[in-house]
Amino acid sequence: MTGMPFLSLAIWIPILGGLLVLATGSDRNAPLARSLSMLVALVGCAVTIPLFTQFDAGSSSMQFGEFLPWIPRFNINYHLGVDGISVLFVLLNSFITIIVVMAGWQVIQEKVAQYMAAFLIMSGLMNGIFSALDGILFYVFFEASLIPLYLVIGIWGGANRVYAAIKFFLYTLLGSLLMLIALLYLFMEAGGSFSILDWHKLPLAMPAQTLIFWAFLIAFAVKVPMWPVHTWLPDAHVEAPTGGSVVLAAIALKLGAYGFLRFSLPIVPDASQAMAPMMIALSLIAVIYIGFVALVQTDMKKLVAYSSISHMGFVTLGFFMFNVVGLEGALVQMISHGFVSGAMFLCIGVLYDRMHTRNIADYGGVVKTMPKFAAFFMLFAMANAGLPGTSGFIGEFMVVLGAVQFNFWVAFAAATTLILGAAYTLWMYKRVVFGVVGNSHVAELEDIGGREFAFLGILALCVLAMGLYPFPFTEVMHASVNELLRHVAVSKL
Amino acid sequence: MNFVVPDFYPAAAEILVAVMALVIMLASTFARRVASDLAYGLTQLTLVFAALVSVLVSPNLLAAVAAVISEVPLFGVRLAEVLMSLAEGYAANEVVATFNGMFIGDMLGGLLKVFSLLAVAVALLYGRGYLADRKIDRPEYYLLSLLMSLGMMVMISANHMLSLYMGLEMMSLSLYGMVAFDRESSRATEAAMKYFVLGALASGLLLYGMSMIYGATGSLELSGIAQSIYHQAANKTVLVFGLVFIVAGLAFKLGVVPFHMWVPDVYQGAPTAVTLMISSAPKLAAFAMAMRLLVYGLFELADQWQTMLMFLSVLSIVLGNLAAIAQSNIKRMLAYSGISHMGFVLLGLLAGVVDGDRNFALNAYSSAMFYAVSYVIMSLASFGMVILLSRAGFEAETIEDFKGLNKRNSWFAALMMIVMFSMAGIPFFIGFFAKLSVLQAVVAAGHVWLAVLAVMMSVIGAFYYLRVVKVMYFDEPTDSAPIRAQGEVRFLLSANGLAIAVLGLLPQGLMSLCAYALLASL
Repeated sequence: MTGMPFLSLAIWIPILGGLLVLATGSDRNAPLARSLSMLVALVGCAVTIPLFTQFDAGSSSMQFGEFLPWIPRFNINYHLGVDGISVLFVLLNSFITIIVVMAGWQVIQEKVAQYMAAFLIMSGLMNGIFSALDGILFYVFFEASLIPLYLVIGIWGGANRVYAAIKFFLYTLLGSLLMLIALLYLFMEAGGSFSILDWHKLPLAMPAQTLIFWAFLIAFAVKVPMWPVHTWLPDAHVEAPTGGSVVLAAIALKLGAYGFLRFSLPIVPDASQAMAPMMIALSLIAVIYIGFVALVQTDMKKLVAYSSISHMGFVTLGFFMFNVVGLEGALVQMISHGFVSGAMFLCIGVLYDRMHTRNIADYGGVVKTMPKFAAFFMLFAMANAGLPGTSGFIGEFMVVLGAVQFNFWVAFAAATTLILGAAYTLWMYKRVVFGVVGNSHVAELEDIGGREFAFLGILALCVLAMGLYPFPFTEVMHASVNELLRHVAVSKL
Repeated sequence: MNFVVPDFYPAAAEILVAVMALVIMLASTFARRVASDLAYGLTQLTLVFAALVSVLVSPNLLAAVAAVISEVPLFGVRLAEVLMSLAEGYAANEVVATFNGMFIGDMLGGLLKVFSLLAVAVALLYGRGYLADRKIDRPEYYLLSLLMSLGMMVMISANHMLSLYMGLEMMSLSLYGMVAFDRESSRATEAAMKYFVLGALASGLLLYGMSMIYGATGSLELSGIAQSIYHQAANKTVLVFGLVFIVAGLAFKLGVVPFHMWVPDVYQGAPTAVTLMISSAPKLAAFAMAMRLLVYGLFELADQWQTMLMFLSVLSIVLGNLAAIAQSNIKRMLAYSGISHMGFVLLGLLAGVVDGDRNFALNAYSSAMFYAVSYVIMSLASFGMVILLSRAGFEAETIEDFKGLNKRNSWFAALMMIVMFSMAGIPFFIGFFAKLSVLQAVVAAGHVWLAVLAVMMSVIGAFYYLRVVKVMYFDEPTDSAPIRAQGEVRFLLSANGLAIAVLGLLPQGLMSLCAYALLASL
């Protein structure tokens, strides 16, 4: 442990940096805004490196803790810390921010400073969500992160952007406000404490647990999103600019899942156990039904959006089987999905920037004109389908393994995703990349340039590295996952 | 007759305002050409000085401010020491009743007076250019606002039904005049007429209620009433009957459903500068009136009035938010949003006593007060923005007028966005912490369903605030006129908007001031 407040730096460097970028003002200063945001993103990512190198993987306790009284009137504290579960997301988020800044480099020509600032501020807020150990602090970051994403979708989005932005905002707000009531109730029950760690130890009667579980469920299920409250996601994804889609898929969807691990499971373990069959059923519906929905999409972005919902169904499935392999698999799946879905949206963005259409039918034979791109796209499509050797495989395999331990038929149903995922991803890939050159626009396509090569290349490395050698990831989370499951197994009644 | 000379000291600020109002009246009669400049300048000076005097003469207020300031890093501790030494010299240190128990000097009153006086000063500053553009920048306007301030101060410090009523009427009558100030405008005249007729009705209700309470308890002094009820000397039926009328009168002044009908019409019809005035400081005075009447006078009847407030607050939150969605006029929309905000203030007021247990009172009432103060700050900024976009011959009244503001002026668009998100209760802005503290009090009192209802309605509320943000950021501008406003308006409006954000990051100071005020005064 060192004295440096790495978590605070990871939160506030992007936020303050974002405000600084905002101060560069109009589009005359766009080059300055771009380089400044790159600098902020790089520094923001650099300060998270010690979180990984100095992390004590043998311990399940909160590390890099910071504690300051914030609002003593309600005993709300600026309490930060990460364990093996959350540290990975802080790293992922800070890393993805760099990619997002790169992705918006040329594409965004209007209000560049505002665009970059929105993403940087969002990145800081997301780090805050993952490292907050105080209920209200968590909530504040959780809600505040809606604002930049709302603006990003609404300002730089597609044709139907206003509808998508407002739907996204109201949907998620509805969920989180009920959670606020649950937090206030826990505050009362815990004798005036908003500390999440205190709540973990708080005994609660079953009716209260059930109600709290539902309040959390609505908040987090909307964010994940789980079937049947997923309908905002395809709209938001389709309308969002590429960077927005990347952040949405890679980070924002993880917030809900993370919430289950930090709140639902440890605070109301008995209710979680009791509701597990329902949660598993909902997850399986998401995996299978949404998989079929993805199959029939004609819009590439929508297809990947539905595939995200299906993959997140895998994650929630892994959580509610309460075994180590399943839970670790779900976490690996979350990280992997961060890389893979981010990369998929970037690939679609690359095509969209050139053709200004996302319709699968408008493409065909892209490999003839964009061979380098086609190779990258191939790799990510395979990872999305869960091919062994890519990161996508590890998570899905571990969750299925956990499911076999739990119940054969659940495992059987979950495993269909391997077929479905391959079907919808590869079929899309085939229609877009192979075949005859569809039209004159495709024939004039230019292959990816250095900047695009760089961010796709970095992500490709991540996907392969995680697929071939996942041990560093599972090692970090192992102690915390064990502790969490041990905690959930003890009744609080 | 043995006449006792009253202790004038606690009422020093009121006396200052009263004297200055007369001075300004005289001075502006003689200074013909610079009359309005002179009146404006003197009024602002008076307001600021009166606020300072209020700080000095209110017991414990200076000490509480010092305690809050000492938390500020760097110079905080030293500044606090200076304030403490001042406090030893000037400030009273206990609650004093004077003028035969008509007037009470306590910290609650002091703090509310400071906030209202500053709110009036800010509202005057925002509104001046607007009035000048419409050729109604006359000295009488400033005179009326000083008299209104005086009325509010008397109301806030009232310890007697008569002084309370007197203050209320003084405030209301000045406001009626201000609404009608643009006498060429038929809309404003109509609004003033409505306001006056309905206001008179409400005053009548209130007075009728007061007479019944007097009949039941034999006292007009609030502490006397409380004692009489405590000793069960009063007829309960008459008391409750009177209470109903008092609550109705209060509800009218606060502008909560079902006594809200005047609010949208008056907000829309009045010149924006006056709307700004009505929507800010008088809300604090109405809050003070509710505290004095219900908590200081009729606390023993808390079970009864809490139930009434519950109905009022639920109706206001539901109706205010639903009706706001349908509005295309931003002043009207903010009026309905104000109704729902007042419903939230009532939520705090009704959570003070649970099954006869009064330990919740401090928490609940200070939350309500924090909400009221936060609302005033937000309301000033929101109507300030409406004024900022208006110019000679053009009223920025519809939501459409905010179209593409981000392209026209991204700084003010950002400020307006902060205000809107704050009103919607999104963190990190002060509106969120206001909602948090009130909801916390409601949950503590065991009304979880009320809290759930309130947050559900907040989601609906978020929709119309989001629509304003949408218009500013997602739409193209239709109006390309540059924003013209004097430097001081730009500066103060920026400070006001930033205060919403900064107080959202560090709400502790304001929260603890409110808590100290109630702790020292209850």
